[in-house]
Amino acid sequence: MNDSGNTPVLSLKGVSKSFGPVEALSDVDFEVNPAEVVALVGDNGAGKSTLVKTIAGIHPADSGTISFEGEEVTIHGPTDAVKLGIATVYQDLALCDNLDVVENLFLGREESGDGPAAVVGQLDEVGMEKQTGELLQNLAVTITDVRAEVGTMSGGQRQQVAIARSLLGDPKLVMLDEPTAALGVRQTAQVLALIKRLKEHGHAVLVISHNLADVFEVADRIYVLRLGRKAGDFTADQTNQEQVVGAITGAKGNGGGR
Amino acid sequence: MTAHGASVGEDVEVESPRLDLLRRFIAGDLAELRVVMALAVIWAIFYIQEPRFLSSVNLSNLVLQMTAVGLVSIGVVLVLLLGEIDLSVGAVSGLCAAIMAVLNVKHGWSPYLAIGASVLAGTAIGLFQGTVFTRFAVPSFVVTLAGLLAWPGAHLEILGETGTVNLNDPKILGLTGTFYSDTVGWIFGLAAIAIYAVLALLGRQRRLQQGLSAPQLGLLVMRIGLVTVAVLVAIWVLNDDRGLPLAALILVGFCLLFFYITTRTRFGRHIFAVGGNAEAARRAGIKVTRVRVIVFMLASTMAAIGGIMFASRLLAVNQSSGAGDFLLLAIAGPVIAGTSLFGGRGSVWHALLGALVIQSISNGMDLLGYSSPVKFMVTGGVLLLAVVIDAIARRQRQAAGRV
Repeated sequence: MNDSGNTPVLSLKGVSKSFGPVEALSDVDFEVNPAEVVALVGDNGAGKSTLVKTIAGIHPADSGTISFEGEEVTIHGPTDAVKLGIATVYQDLALCDNLDVVENLFLGREESGDGPAAVVGQLDEVGMEKQTGELLQNLAVTITDVRAEVGTMSGGQRQQVAIARSLLGDPKLVMLDEPTAALGVRQTAQVLALIKRLKEHGHAVLVISHNLADVFEVADRIYVLRLGRKAGDFTADQTNQEQVVGAITGAKGNGGGR
Repeated sequence: MTAHGASVGEDVEVESPRLDLLRRFIAGDLAELRVVMALAVIWAIFYIQEPRFLSSVNLSNLVLQMTAVGLVSIGVVLVLLLGEIDLSVGAVSGLCAAIMAVLNVKHGWSPYLAIGASVLAGTAIGLFQGTVFTRFAVPSFVVTLAGLLAWPGAHLEILGETGTVNLNDPKILGLTGTFYSDTVGWIFGLAAIAIYAVLALLGRQRRLQQGLSAPQLGLLVMRIGLVTVAVLVAIWVLNDDRGLPLAALILVGFCLLFFYITTRTRFGRHIFAVGGNAEAARRAGIKVTRVRVIVFMLASTMAAIGGIMFASRLLAVNQSSGAGDFLLLAIAGPVIAGTSLFGGRGSVWHALLGALVIQSISNGMDLLGYSSPVKFMVTGGVLLLAVVIDAIARRQRQAAGRV
């Protein structure tokens, strides 16, 4: 891998998070390196979503340290995470179906022209559309009309729009929650290809997935959570589905119970 | 395992252009065209039965009649875009008209101050209703229903025992009583066409310079041609009667202003976003509460302005100002013209188009001597038809959507 010697983009040490008496995460150590795709797997209730939400600032950690690019940081809310350069795409995508691709991409951070246009908040549609075209082309996203309403698009295209939107601030780390759930074969292929391109562009990617076939398709590393604890950390090309499934179910693992 | 990534095909549906046009027509993308055609049919029917319907005198009257309800409808469109409803606009228009009349006639305030105070009262009412709606998460339907019940009380209280205040201030009456000379009318018309053409061509130029797709020049010229014909015919008809009315300029002016705000500014984009998916808007960092409160303020403000125009035309404010079918017509208009009740879809121009349709029906049936019961039932039938079409269009969109 190309990250030897590099500091990890994100590093968690001994992170715990409880909801009342329920310990959702206990003493989790976790790392993501630059230009690395890490798959986060585990059974239902293993703490995958909680871990992502902890990093994204929605459920701040109770204890433990989080370092971003080698520096210790505190993430108290979603804006902290975004400022650091962490983008999150949730399963429901949070797109406005009645708006087109350009409008969705720039939602909440619309650009306006200079001078009087900036005062009244007049939109720079041409500039935004141009950037959208460039971004989508860069990612080889297959959307023919950036002025088409997102509501008329397929699940795969919507997922790609949501991922493209997360890239606008040029984040260091992109977290995707079940990006291929409920997608057909061809659309899944499109989204996985997009994840690979994110890696090629130097973004670190954290993917939650239930589908081990997809995981082995894109991931460099597979991190297994079980009952809120680390149950395995595999290099993708040195392991197989059986080992990972073993770690998920608790039958066996290489890092469990540490 | 499937061959992931081997063939990343395109999700493009192949459809013949004509079929596509038909589908879009039904699915509501071309709602305006549908309404214009309906309007043409309505006008044709009335014209066949009573040729005076399309006389310049009657068409001028039609313009004056639709001004008040059209202005109120502009605010209603904004609220509908949020996916909310404001049932208080009729009551607010009556109350604000009463405030203006009493301040001007009984307290001797200058017309400008009286109008200003009345408009501000509308804004304040909107602030109140919008705050209650967002702060306590009470459905807007209920908040404004309370307003619909409460504001007429304030209206009666302000008017006092006489019940009717006759307006006599020339400035206030002039709002609907001013007509410009033929020359001024032509100048306005030609200037409007010129500005429209220049903006359209410049916009196309700018997109081409940036290497973006732009509408074909022929298509653009055709659109400019259509606008030119429409404006020139309108000015010609109005000049044939009393001339271009100030009221029409006020209505079109507000439409233009709010068209700009809704389609060209950040705030307008946020209105559509909140109406489309409030949760997505919130997560994108849009201050949803603020957008909602401002929209309710704008709706009540436009209600006040509509109420003032209504009073000016009636030459008085009485106990029934803003009551009766005024509210329902103001909401029915935009819906008939294609603004969705479900939020996120619509245009400020639907206020004007809808008012034109509703007022045409009302005006034509008056001309033919139909009684009120028939008028109500026909207007109700048209509204029902429009809402059904809106619901069908929504289903079509969903069916055509997620593949």
